[in-house]
Parts: sequence; structure tokens; C-alpha cells
Amino acid sequence: MIALEITGSYYLILAALLFTIGAVGLLVRRNVLVMFMCVELMLNAVNLTFVTFAKMLDDVTGQVLVFFTLAVAAAEVAVGLAIIVAIFRRRSGATADDLDVLKG
Amino acid sequence: MSFLAQATIPAPDIDFLGVGPEIALVVAALVVILAKAILRKRGPVNQISLWVSIIGVGAAGALLGFQWNDVRDNGPLTTIVGSVRVDLFGVFLGVVVVAATAMALFLAASYLERENLEAPEYYALMLLSAAGMVAMTTANDLIVVFVALEVLSIPLYVLAAFDRRRLSSQESGIKYFVLGAFSSAVLLYGVALVYGATGTTSITGISDFLAQNTLFEQGTLLAGLALLLVGIGFKVSAVPFHMWTPDVYQGAPTPVTAFMASATKAAGFAALLRLLGVAFPLYRNDWRPVLAALAALSLVVGSVAAVVQTDVKRILAYSSIAHAGYILMGIQADTARGRQSALLYLLVYAFMTVGAFAVITVATRKGDDHHSLDDYRGLALRRPVVGGLLAFFVLAQAGVPLTGGFVVKLEIFSSAVDAGEYGLATIGVLAAVVAAFFYLRISVALFTKPDGEEAAAPAADDEATEDRKVDSWTAIVLTVAVAAVLFAGILPGTWLTFAGDATFF
Repeated sequence: MIALEITGSYYLILAALLFTIGAVGLLVRRNVLVMFMCVELMLNAVNLTFVTFAKMLDDVTGQVLVFFTLAVAAAEVAVGLAIIVAIFRRRSGATADDLDVLKG
Repeated sequence: MSFLAQATIPAPDIDFLGVGPEIALVVAALVVILAKAILRKRGPVNQISLWVSIIGVGAAGALLGFQWNDVRDNGPLTTIVGSVRVDLFGVFLGVVVVAATAMALFLAASYLERENLEAPEYYALMLLSAAGMVAMTTANDLIVVFVALEVLSIPLYVLAAFDRRRLSSQESGIKYFVLGAFSSAVLLYGVALVYGATGTTSITGISDFLAQNTLFEQGTLLAGLALLLVGIGFKVSAVPFHMWTPDVYQGAPTPVTAFMASATKAAGFAALLRLLGVAFPLYRNDWRPVLAALAALSLVVGSVAAVVQTDVKRILAYSSIAHAGYILMGIQADTARGRQSALLYLLVYAFMTVGAFAVITVATRKGDDHHSLDDYRGLALRRPVVGGLLAFFVLAQAGVPLTGGFVVKLEIFSSAVDAGEYGLATIGVLAAVVAAFFYLRISVALFTKPDGEEAAAPAADDEATEDRKVDSWTAIVLTVAVAAVLFAGILPGTWLTFAGDATFF
């Protein structure tokens, strides 16, 4: 058995990885719903960072901040899904490539 | 049980004057929503919600006036456990935001009726967004910056997509939403890293911590600062975070574009100035080169890309990117004079840009989709006042003497030279020359006769053009904007003192 000691930096690195996956996913995926999930992944990576730092600093503020993020993310989800539904109601698929009226 | 009953819960002291403007705006928004829910008749609801909104914005303006006097006499006001700090700087930019909101509200009043859009929802969203912007100008905690940023952004996503029947409006809404959400997440990650490095999210707290401690490793803090700059860079549309700007400005309903261009910029730069000036002055050698690069890129890309555009709203979007470059130039000088010039620029720019977009709402045919240069050809010959005003605002943005645009550009350049940034100042002057080309292109188009075959088209659309009489609401906005831009150009003294008072946090 290898005794593995999990330190705070493991969580920070995991969070950084999740954030990067979210950011890259947002930029390369064409489906608007998947892009939307990538944003959520980024926000949750930040939450993990906040909680880890709160634990490392032994300070409760970081954990409280997570609630702010959660509340804001919920509002963003509501508005974002509403916009997506309004737009793709009359189109066949939810891909970003169809959004090509504005360019120049 | 008796023990519990006796235990008191300490509530933080709240100085309601400090958050008065936000409260006024939010209450007005809630009243508008309630009025819509209770009274169902469309005509009266639209009138009531418009007047409630005007009262709300007026009350916010009056409260900002009280704040200005109070802070000038008694010093800055810190409230809600230090998360809100009302100082002259914050109040000044609050005034910019509220002035821009008032003008955008007036523009919307006639626009919504003409385009047959739901008015109460629009006003409520706009007031909520304005509340977020005002909160941003006085935010003294990174988490308040984040929440204020979201409160101002989320209604704007909806407003950009507000004209659901128009494809371009829908598209601008979704584009703004995706990139806006991305930038908020980046900003939040920056907040998390700065919190990890300093153990606090209070902006003054960070400043105290950094003054008393030397960080063993600076990587986390600098990465956090960089991410914060990226997040705010998106909101103020600085290159290379500007990709959304042309699409969103072009597609969104024109009053919304006017609001976004003027008020959002003021709020974003408020957060940037406070962050760099209060929390990270010790790191100025790290952030100044970054801001210089952002400023230079914004100036070059904004000015050059605008030259090849053919849509007037799109040209103005690129010009707003270039304006962001000038403001960044003032901020990166990191002197009182630099801040003064940046603040003055934001104030005068709000009037110039709202004025230009105000003309655009009344200039072309119904539908808000006809803004190519060809649609504007000969406008000043057909309708001298409207065309002349557009030419005036465009030339003011170019920086023609006797307009506010000239004074603010001059101030920015002199503050950059004072700070020894000769290279950046040179890029600024060159960008202004390139920019003059496309501003003149609009003005020339306004005064040239359309080609023979196209000349027939406007005549056939006479009725549609007739719709676009300048109504009294738009006329008020245009008068105020022209007066402000001219006043700032001819007698800049008062404005300069006003902005000079506001440079200290």
C-alpha cells in the first residue's frame, strides 16, 4: 500500500485542470448547450479553489464566497437557457455555426 | 430556549446613504415589474413604468448629489462591513452611469413603441443593470465586484436579445451571453487566486496585506491579477478581449447599444481603476506594461478594423474599442493627471456615444437592421438636422477642436507624455489619424448624393422614413448630448476640476 498524502495543492491543480477543460471546451465546441455546460464547469472549478484556499488559510470567508458563486451561477443558468430556448425554437439544432448573421 | 432568545445577532451597520442610488434603482425596477403584473392594460402600464423609471433614475441622481456633498465634507464613507466605499471617485463614475442610463431610457421610450416591444420588462432590466453598474463604482471587495458585474451583465444579455423577432438581436444576445459568462468565470478565478495569496477579498484589505507582508512566492497573486485584468478587459472591450463587441453592438437594439457602450464602460473602468489604484499600487511595475500593451492593441485594432467596415453601428463599435484604448492609456500613466483624464474621457465619451446612437435610432427605416453606409448616404441632404447631428457626434469622437472629444484626447496625450510614455502617445496620435479617416468617411457619406438608381429607393420608402420623425424624447437626449459635448469642448475648466476632485480614492 502506498500511503498517499493529499495536500491542498492537489485540489488546486485539479481545479486548475477543470477550469482549463471548461475554458478550452467553451472555445472549441460548437453546440451552445455544451458551451453552456463548460461555463458551469469553470465556475465550479473556481468554487473548488475557494474551498481549498479556505481550508488552507483556515478562514471561513472562502466557503461563504462559494454561496455567492452558486447563486449567481443559478441566475445565469436561468437567463442563459431562456435565451437559448428563445433563439433555437425555430431552428433545427443548437449549434453556434448557425449564428452567422453578424460578421465583418 | 431562554438562552437562545437572549442571544443577539449582531447586524452590520448600514449607512443607507452609501447604497442609496442602488436602492432607488432597484425599488423602481421592482415597482415596474409589479405594475406590469397587477395592471394588465398595455397602454397605461407602459406610461406608468416609463415614469416610475424616470423617477427612479432621478432619485438615484439626486442621491449621488447628496453623496458627493457628504463625501467632500466628511471624507469617504465605508459601510456594510467595508464592502462598499463611497468616495468622490466612485460618485463621479456613478454620475456618469446614471446620466448615461437616463439618456438611454429616454431613447428607449420612443424606440420601444415604434418597434412594438414589451416596455415594462425593458425598463426593469435596464434599471437593474444600472444598479449593478452603480454598485460596481463603489465596490470595495472583490466579491462585490463580481456580484455587481453579474447584476449588470445578466440583464444586458436579455436586453441585447430583446427584439426576439429580429435574428441579429437574438444572435447578439447569445454571443454576448456566452462570452460574458466566460469572462465572469475568468474574473472569478482571479478573485479566488488573489484570495488564496492574500487571505482576503477586501480591496483595501489586500492593499494593507501587501504593504505589511512580503509574499514568499508571487505566482498565485500575479496570476490572479492577470485573470482579473482579463475579466475586466472583456467588459470594457479592450483588445484582445473585444471579439464580441462589433457583433453585439450591431445586433442589439440601438438604445441598448447606447447604454452598453457608455454605462458599461464607465462601470468596468471604475472596477479596474480601483483595483489597480487601491489594491495593487505596489505591483505597478507588473501591471503598467500589460496595460500599455492592451492600450496599444486596442488603439491599433480598433482604429484599423473600423476602416474596412460598412455598417455604421459596427464602425462605432470598433471606435468604442479604440476609445477604450485611450482610456487605458490614461490609466496606465498611473498619475493623478492620468486618472483625471481617464475619468473626464469616460464622462464626455458617454455623451458623444449616446448622442451618436440617438441619431441612429431615428435615422433610418423601421426595423433597426438598415445601418449600412449606403443607407446613410445623403442623409444630411434629405434631413439636414438629423444628418448634421450625426456628423457632429462622429467628428466629436474623432477629436475635432471645440468639441469635448478634442479636450479629452488632448488631456490623455499630455498625461501619457507627462508619465514619459512617448511610444504609447505616438501610437495614440497615429491611431487618431487613422480613426479620423473612418469618421470622415461617415460624414462624407452623409453629405453625398446617393447614386441614381438608389436615389429612387428612399422615395419609395417615404412612409417608412416618415415614421422616424425625431420625437420629443429623442430630441431631449440630442439636445443634452450636444450641449454637453460643446460645453466640454469650449469651457472644459469646470469639468476638469470636477474630474480632478474625483481622482483620489
